[in-house]
Amino acid sequence: MKRTLKTAFLATLPVMTGYLVLGFGFGIIMRSEGFGIPITFVMSLAIYAGSMQYVAVGLMTGGASLITTVLTTLMVNARHLFYGISMLDRYRDTGKAKPYLIFGLTDETYSLVCGELPDIDTVHTRAYYILVTLFDHFYWVLGSVLGAVLGTLVSFNSEGIDFALTALFVTVFLDQWLNTKKHAPAIIGTITSTACLLIFGSDSFLIPSMLVIALILSLYRSEDKSNE
Amino acid sequence: MNEAYIWLTVAAIALVTAAIRFLPFAVFNGGRKTPRLIEKLGGTLPYAIMGMLVVYCLKDMRFTAIEGFLPQLISCAVVGILYLWRRNKLLSIVTGTVCYMLLVQLVF
Repeated sequence: MKRTLKTAFLATLPVMTGYLVLGFGFGIIMRSEGFGIPITFVMSLAIYAGSMQYVAVGLMTGGASLITTVLTTLMVNARHLFYGISMLDRYRDTGKAKPYLIFGLTDETYSLVCGELPDIDTVHTRAYYILVTLFDHFYWVLGSVLGAVLGTLVSFNSEGIDFALTALFVTVFLDQWLNTKKHAPAIIGTITSTACLLIFGSDSFLIPSMLVIALILSLYRSEDKSNE
Repeated sequence: MNEAYIWLTVAAIALVTAAIRFLPFAVFNGGRKTPRLIEKLGGTLPYAIMGMLVVYCLKDMRFTAIEGFLPQLISCAVVGILYLWRRNKLLSIVTGTVCYMLLVQLVF
């Protein structure tokens, strides 16, 4: 158990960097827009979706209607549908912790639980999932509250530190690439998203990308046996 | 802005976000077996999604000016090459991030 704790903690270090910084940034923005610490805390605890929370600040200050808010959330967070679909099996027997694991399935947590797990035996897989989810959630809430409380006091130039998350996804991408012989899905995902980005623009390319990726992967069949 | 409006908006976002995350499990987790197509998607999606997330992170690159894309490309290359060489995620991420910060703060 102690080893699982250590493994999980080490795995989440990149997310810690990213979440503390992005959470901090969120806290600063909330404060500068006149929101209190309690609402910042509750948002990070209960919504727990980084980019959506940044969007939410704009929605609230702009007085967006409830319908607009719901539709925007659907658009921004639709990619999470994919995480659930690919975690159905892995999270099947996680017992009482399952609702929490599903709730905490952010981009970053997904990147840590979707691939080959670090060197731990199967008995501790569930503990690993739970710990990674808890650690990540904690970093995000902590970062946000610190940002809301201390935001104005910090003068460290942190510009560019959010690149940690990009770097995280790049390493996970490479790690997955090295651990499989079937590169078609990775190539399909990358090319489709790039094409949709060029066609639809950076604000609205995610949903078309998801639809096209799902369509192509459904039709793609050649090597789907060795994967289970 | 009144308090009630703020809390209502936050509640709506929290509920919709959770609903999206729970939907696949709610639909495909009854007693019946998961359809083969969904199983197949579950096996291949992680690879495709990670590609999509990398593109998503780089979506704001602009090729109209050198500082709009070179820091990202150089830093991604640093992350990638270092990872292929040492196979250490943390080392790659920290080095790549420091490299990116130096580039955007001091060079470009």
